[in-house]
Amino acid sequence: MASMTDADLATMTQEERARALGMTTEQLTGKSLYIEFDPDAEERFTYPWAPEVDFNKRTEIDTDDMTSTEVNSRIRALMAEGFGTIVLKNPRGKHSLGVGILSRLNLIVEGSTGYFGVGLIDGPNVRINGRVGWSCAENMMSGTVMVEKNAGSTFGAAIRGGDLVCRGSVGSRTGIDMKGGTIIVGGDTGALSGFMMQRGRMVVCGNAGKNLGDSMYDGTIYVGGKVESLGVDAVDAEPDDHDRAWLRRKLTQYGLMPEQGVDHFRKIVAGKQLWNYDNLEPNEKKLIL
Amino acid sequence: MAGTQYRGSEITDVDQFLNDADGLVSEREKEIGQHIGYRYDVNLTPDYDRLTPFLVKYMEVMGWDDLNWLEDVHMGYEDGRPAVFDRNNNGWVRIPDAISLPDNQQDRDMIARELLVKFQMSDRHPLTSLRKAYMKF
Repeated sequence: MASMTDADLATMTQEERARALGMTTEQLTGKSLYIEFDPDAEERFTYPWAPEVDFNKRTEIDTDDMTSTEVNSRIRALMAEGFGTIVLKNPRGKHSLGVGILSRLNLIVEGSTGYFGVGLIDGPNVRINGRVGWSCAENMMSGTVMVEKNAGSTFGAAIRGGDLVCRGSVGSRTGIDMKGGTIIVGGDTGALSGFMMQRGRMVVCGNAGKNLGDSMYDGTIYVGGKVESLGVDAVDAEPDDHDRAWLRRKLTQYGLMPEQGVDHFRKIVAGKQLWNYDNLEPNEKKLIL
Repeated sequence: MAGTQYRGSEITDVDQFLNDADGLVSEREKEIGQHIGYRYDVNLTPDYDRLTPFLVKYMEVMGWDDLNWLEDVHMGYEDGRPAVFDRNNNGWVRIPDAISLPDNQQDRDMIARELLVKFQMSDRHPLTSLRKAYMKF
């Protein structure tokens, strides 16, 4: 297995490749799945397969006559050539632009994007000068996304990490099912924001619509303006100095620090009343068993 | 009836789950034989005064002004051993005994972040083999 080269693997079927690399479906009984860190691991900052890019190497793509797939393929090709800053011109609201970028990159979109823009990204820093449609940066893993104008609904759906920022206002269900990361809204957010939130932080500098944080399991929501209503199991908590220091740092970083500071921000967390850890009470189990 | 109120216990000591792997404190936890909730504070935001030199360099390479996705990485505990959850592997990765643990969660979290980045970027991460076996393009 250790002597298997990439050239050898390329000649195999997928099943043969998986077996040659030790990925089989045999019984795991009696085997340990524990993995331990190597304390002497090499200092490496990017994935082994990530292209070597230079932020100072810049290029542009005029996307006017291109499909989304062609644009995304072109971005990958340019990254393979070492371009670390790519500007997309004339995006004209195309859907799914800049999805699946899994390494460091500065991506600048000069205009507005359609649905599912920059989804599934892991590492890049994205600036969008216009507006974005539904589900911008859904399933984002890491990196930063800055939207200069307004965003549609389900902004940052299921985000897992990174900073997603909208300087304007966003639609409803912002950060639905978010599992990590930070969503910052400079303006207002719509109804059901933070719905089923499991982890991470959401900061709304303006007002929040009804049912904020409905059915949230964990995570924190900070709101600077009015909250129309809280959702099921979303409760107020007292912000402490650590919260305020974090808010100041984050909002200053993105140029969204309110004139009156952060002392007026309200903190919303899960009441943990919906936490279920077993389907049946022991007494109920006894009745059945 | 289940699910009507929080009946887990609170984390009171940084070594709580090293000293007591089961972590059954509340009456409800003892009753069901299962610890309720996370074994670390998932909402704890990082103290930037405690960054390690490696993490400072990582932020610089990635072009970030803060820890970005690593703000959600903490040191947790698996079977009474310190460990970090690796989302790319969907499992825990243990801290070797050779690494001594600081006496506070913030410094432990910084160690966890550094080790996790080094592991994810190394050739021994399972994702490297998975990519070779299953990547379609």
